[in-house]
Amino acid sequence: MTAAREEILRRIRAAAVPPAPEPPRHYLRHAPGLDPDDREAVLALFVERLEEYGAEVLRTDRPGPAVARVLAAQGARSLVVPDGVPAEWTADWDGRVRTDRPPLGKAELDATDAVLTGCAAAVADSGTLVLDGGPGQGRRAATLLPDLHVCVVRAEQVRSALPGALARLDPARPLTFVSGPSATADIEMIRVKGVHGPRRLAVVLLS
Amino acid sequence: MTRSFLGWPAFPEAAEREVGNRQLRENLGRATGTIRGKRALLAAERPDWEQLRDSAAAIKDQVLAGLEQYLLQVEEKVTAAGGTVHWARDAAEANRIVTDLVRATGEREVVKVKSMLTEEIGLDAALEAAGISARETDLAAAIVQLGDDLPSHVVVPALHRNRTEIRDIFVREMGRHGRPAPEGLTDDPAELADAARLHLREKFLGAKVAVSGANFVVAETGTLVVVESEGNGRMCLTLADTLISVVGIEKTVPTWADLEVFLQLLARNATGERMSPYTSTWTGTTDGDGPRAFHLVLVDNGRTRALADPVGRQALRCIRCGACMNTCPVYRRTGGHAYGSVYPGPIGAILNPLLKGLDEEQTASLPYASTLCGACNEVCPVRIRFTDVLLDLRAQVADGGKHPVERAALGAVGAVMARPAAWKAAVKGAGLVGPLLPARTPVPGWTDNRALPDVPRESFRSWWKRNEGERA
Repeated sequence: MTAAREEILRRIRAAAVPPAPEPPRHYLRHAPGLDPDDREAVLALFVERLEEYGAEVLRTDRPGPAVARVLAAQGARSLVVPDGVPAEWTADWDGRVRTDRPPLGKAELDATDAVLTGCAAAVADSGTLVLDGGPGQGRRAATLLPDLHVCVVRAEQVRSALPGALARLDPARPLTFVSGPSATADIEMIRVKGVHGPRRLAVVLLS
Repeated sequence: MTRSFLGWPAFPEAAEREVGNRQLRENLGRATGTIRGKRALLAAERPDWEQLRDSAAAIKDQVLAGLEQYLLQVEEKVTAAGGTVHWARDAAEANRIVTDLVRATGEREVVKVKSMLTEEIGLDAALEAAGISARETDLAAAIVQLGDDLPSHVVVPALHRNRTEIRDIFVREMGRHGRPAPEGLTDDPAELADAARLHLREKFLGAKVAVSGANFVVAETGTLVVVESEGNGRMCLTLADTLISVVGIEKTVPTWADLEVFLQLLARNATGERMSPYTSTWTGTTDGDGPRAFHLVLVDNGRTRALADPVGRQALRCIRCGACMNTCPVYRRTGGHAYGSVYPGPIGAILNPLLKGLDEEQTASLPYASTLCGACNEVCPVRIRFTDVLLDLRAQVADGGKHPVERAALGAVGAVMARPAAWKAAVKGAGLVGPLLPARTPVPGWTDNRALPDVPRESFRSWWKRNEGERA
C-alpha cells in the first residue's frame, strides 16, 4: 500500500508540471440580473425556480396551517419529525407524527409517508435547499426514504446564488443539496420526475 | 458475464459497423439534439459563463501543478475525519483493494453509484470473479448492466438505447436479478423509471456495502462530492454500513469555495439544469448518520502518464460533463461504442491515448476520430483545447510509426522537399499527370476515410514565377 503511494507521488514529481498562475475569479457572486439586496426579488426568484423544477411552494407567515395543508393535499397520513423541529410546525396537523428517537429502521422510514424538516441554507438562482443534519433537519436517511419531503425555509436563509450559500455551510457536516424532486433524463434525455429520492417536494417559505 | 472493450477493433472498423445501425443513429440524433438545446439555453442564461470557464480551467491547472501536495492534504483530512485512504497504481491494484474491502465485510452483494472510473477499471467484473455481485443503481447504468451492454456516454451510459429497447431489457432481465418488471410495462419513460424504483428499492434497503466514485474531492477539507439526479446516489451514500469511494487522483479541487465554480458549470453543461436534483457531500464518517466505515481509494491508472504530457495534461481538467460528445459531429453519428472505451467522443479520443499510450492500434486510431472542427473546444467547461491535443497526439502517432501510411508518405515528402531540384520536378510532374488520374484515386490507408484533393494543373511555384516573379 505504501509502495503504491510512494510510486504515484514519485510519478507526479517526475511529470514536472510547471507552476500555474492564481485562478481569476471574475464570475458573478449573485444571481444574474438581480439586485442581491432586493430581498423580495430574491425570494420571488427562489419560488419561480422551485416551481419550475416541480416543487410545490407555499409562502406564509404561519407555518402550522401551511404544513397541515400540504400534508393533507398530498394525502400523507404519517410524518417523521426530526429533533429540533418547532412544535408549532406540526400543531395544526392531526395525522401520525413519529420522532426519529430512537432512530427508526430503514423499513419504518420507508413505510412513512412524509418527512418535515427545516434547512441550513437555500439558493434562489437554482431553487436549492441545503440540509446539514443540524437541529430540525435530521439524519440523511430520514429525509430520503419517505416519498414526500416538506421543507420549511426561513426567508433570511435564502441566498441569491450558490457562492453565498457555500460560504455559510460547514463542510465537516454531511450536506445534501436538493434542487427539485428526484428526476432522471436517462431515457432519451427526456426529464421524468420522481425516481428513488422523495418524488414530491414541498417548500413552506416563511416570511 | 460482463462485457468489456477488451480487444475492441480500431476506430475506423468499429465506426463503420456502428454507422450502419439505423436505429442507433436515430436514437443518438434525438438524444444529443435534445441535450444540446437544453445546454445552450442554460449556458446563455449566465452572462458570466466565459468567466466561470476561465476560473474552472485555471483551478484545475492549479490542481495539476500541485497534485502531490493536494493529494497528501486529501489523505490527511480524510484520515482525520475517520476515513481510510488507499492508493492504487493501476486497475488491477484498485480492483484488488476494493475486493478485499468488500470481502472483509463478509457481504456478497454491493450497490453502486454510477462511476466512470469503476467502469474504466472493470470493477464489476473483478468483483463478480470474486463471487461478489455488484448492482448498478443509476437508471442508465442499470439499463447497461441488465442488457449486458457497454456504456456509450459518460453522463447517460445508455444514450444509445431508446425507450422500447429499454422496456424489453427490463421485462427480460429484471426478474433474474430481483424484483421483476411490473406486468404490462409500457415504454412510457415515467413507467420505466417507476419500474427501476421498485426493482432497486429492496436492494437499497438491504444494502450493507456501497461503492461510489466522486465528482470532486476537496483537498482543504477532505470532502467528497457526488452530483446526481435520481436519488440512487443518496441511497447508496447514506444507507450502507460501509462506503467505498473509488476516485481518480485528478478529481481533486483545492478549496471548498472552488465548488462554487464547478457546481455552477457542471449541471448546466451536462444535462441543461441549473443544479442537478441532488448534490451530496461528506467528510469521513459522521456518528449516527450514514456509513460507519468509509474508504477512499485514490487511483492513478495512467493519470500520471497523462500528467507528464505537456500538451495532453489539460485533458485531466475534465469534469465528465459529456458536452463534447453531445456536440461532436463524429460521435453523433458513430455513438460511443466505436471509441472502444468508457470514455468516448472528443474526450475519449484524447484521454484514452494519454492514459494508455499509443502502442495499441485501437488507441492510436482515436486521435484520428475527429474532423478537427473544434466544436468541443467551444462547449468545454474547463477549456480543454481538444484540437491542440488531437494534433499533438497525431504527431506522436506519426513519429512513433503507428500510422504507417502517413509516416511513409510524410517521409517520402520530406526526402523530396529536402532537395529543391527533386521537389521542382515532382510538383511539375504532378501537374502534368494530375488531369489524367481518375477523380477518386485510391491510396490504401489514406483515402479509406479521406477524399484526395484534385491536383492543380500548375504548381504554385510556377504560377508565382509567371506572375509576381516577373515584376520583381
